[in-house]
Amino acid sequence: MQERQNLLPVWLSAPGALAMLAFVALPLVLTLSLSLYPFVPGVGVGEGLTVANFADIAKDDYFHTIFARTFGMALLVTALCIAIGVPEAYVLSRLSPRWRAVSMVVVLGPLLISVVVRTLGWAVLLGNEGVINKSLMAMGLIQEPVRMMFTFTGVVVALVHVLVPFMVLAVWASLQKLDATTEQAAESLGAGLPTVLTRIVLPQVIPGVLSGGLIVFALAASAFATPAIIGGRRLKVVPTTIYDEFLGNLNWPLGAALAVVLVVIVLVVSLGVNRLVERHWKQVFQ
Amino acid sequence: MAFLDMQGLVKRYGDFTAVAECSLSVEKGEFVCLLGPSGCGKTTTLQMVAGFTEPTAGRVVLDGRDITALPPNRRGLGIVFQSYALFPHMTVGDNVAFGLEMQRVPVEERRRRVAETLELVHLTPFAKRFPKELSGGQRQRVAMARALVIHPPVLLLDEPMGALDAKLREDMQIELRALQRRLGITTLMVTHDQAEAMTLADRVVLMNKGRIEQLDSPFGMYEQPNGRFSSTFLGKANVFEGRLDGSTVLVGTTCLPCNTAAAAGPVDYIVRPEKVMFTGADALVHGRVMARVFLGNHWLFQLDTPLGPVQATQVNAGLPSVAEGDSVGLTWATEHARVVPRSH
Repeated sequence: MQERQNLLPVWLSAPGALAMLAFVALPLVLTLSLSLYPFVPGVGVGEGLTVANFADIAKDDYFHTIFARTFGMALLVTALCIAIGVPEAYVLSRLSPRWRAVSMVVVLGPLLISVVVRTLGWAVLLGNEGVINKSLMAMGLIQEPVRMMFTFTGVVVALVHVLVPFMVLAVWASLQKLDATTEQAAESLGAGLPTVLTRIVLPQVIPGVLSGGLIVFALAASAFATPAIIGGRRLKVVPTTIYDEFLGNLNWPLGAALAVVLVVIVLVVSLGVNRLVERHWKQVFQ
Repeated sequence: MAFLDMQGLVKRYGDFTAVAECSLSVEKGEFVCLLGPSGCGKTTTLQMVAGFTEPTAGRVVLDGRDITALPPNRRGLGIVFQSYALFPHMTVGDNVAFGLEMQRVPVEERRRRVAETLELVHLTPFAKRFPKELSGGQRQRVAMARALVIHPPVLLLDEPMGALDAKLREDMQIELRALQRRLGITTLMVTHDQAEAMTLADRVVLMNKGRIEQLDSPFGMYEQPNGRFSSTFLGKANVFEGRLDGSTVLVGTTCLPCNTAAAAGPVDYIVRPEKVMFTGADALVHGRVMARVFLGNHWLFQLDTPLGPVQATQVNAGLPSVAEGDSVGLTWATEHARVVPRSH
């Protein structure tokens, strides 16, 4: 009886663990091994083991620029999502239940629409002949269209739009655990609203900001459709570069190497930030 | 004029009336307790004094100044919340220092006052700890220190012992009472625990259904309850419905003696269980012992009488002479019977 009880958790988690192994771990291992094969032009994947693909990435300024752009963009998107999502979650938590339900749907809206449709929607808005430029010109505010498509700004705006809900949900979960009387206590001790928000509320929702930030950062760094459509060929990021190496240049080993480097950097940054934040804000994580 | 004056406070939420009418004057240095069952409006009243709830009507006057329209952060009152509401991300010292920081007290003085206040609640060794590293009783003291350090004119306590276990609660009550007397701080406390109200308060405000039912010292209220609600909420009581006629009350077919100036008519006849004595002769009423329960310092008897069920208690002075199933005569001194006109 005792033995069967001890084995139960193993059996229950086995299907999930197997699915993870088959569909996530295995492809990752295969990608890693693929990145270690040489590329032979005209043939494709060659014989033997090499680190030449990684050496290429390390040496080439072209790749440096793309990586810098990708992570600069991911950081900026994360920062904007924190700046927008945290106040948004706080306001949501203060609404009456009915308005909260309505607002929740509005907040989650971007996630309910297919990525292609949503991104093309942004293209319609941001293009030189797009809605924004046309109306600004009609109002006489600008003479020539402002370039927004195929720009860094355009990609950041479109990514923030779709990633803010993740931040709101994460911070929302933290706010649920917040003891509202701590705000009243601070007020009774003479604190005004700005002080209550920065000194009392924000520190207590740091776990939510952290988990939201990690999700947003990872999703922004590995986003493909939005940079592909809004950024185009002019503004390459790592995921679109991987796509081009695989399907354009047919250089599978280099594409795999780029993918491995991307995953490693995202992992290292995420784990590092996670540890730093958890150590610095130790008390609110218990 | 009293130090803290609540004048005709009313709070309505749409059709629901939380506080129908509350007027109360608290003298400087007094410890007043709002007591009542849940939903009686006591917490809402406290919230209106604190400034977290805006009264529908009425005024709050503190030391001659109308503070009804002031936001909570400009009232300067010390508040201890039921959940303590300690800031989990700050050390005990920082929690206590927060109020002084808001008042822009210079660092040196701030440090001195925090140390003093922690000393006062015996928490000096815990200044660097975080709230999660403390026991319930210690957290309660931190909450107290945080409220006291700003030298508030009035201390508001919202069920401050609610989260403590019974033994600790008794110790903390005695400590709180000593602290309040020593500092001479005007205190308004909310509780649903009648024993706590009796232990701590100079005056008890008994609330029911949004109104003040009775206002008296604990002893006065216990001895002179003004009705069925007061007598049964504060302590235990036998309440018989009867008719007053001259100096006797007719309950069913039994005549009970009383001293009252009340007018003839329907009344509640109230006798505390500890005033009921067993007697051989001159019994006011006879009853049969249905149950005898040992409660440590006293015995509790449940009796069946022509008046209805009656409770009696006897100090534990050895095994009582009366056993379950016995028929006994019951009596009590006339001055121990309270007669109040029936309100409904």
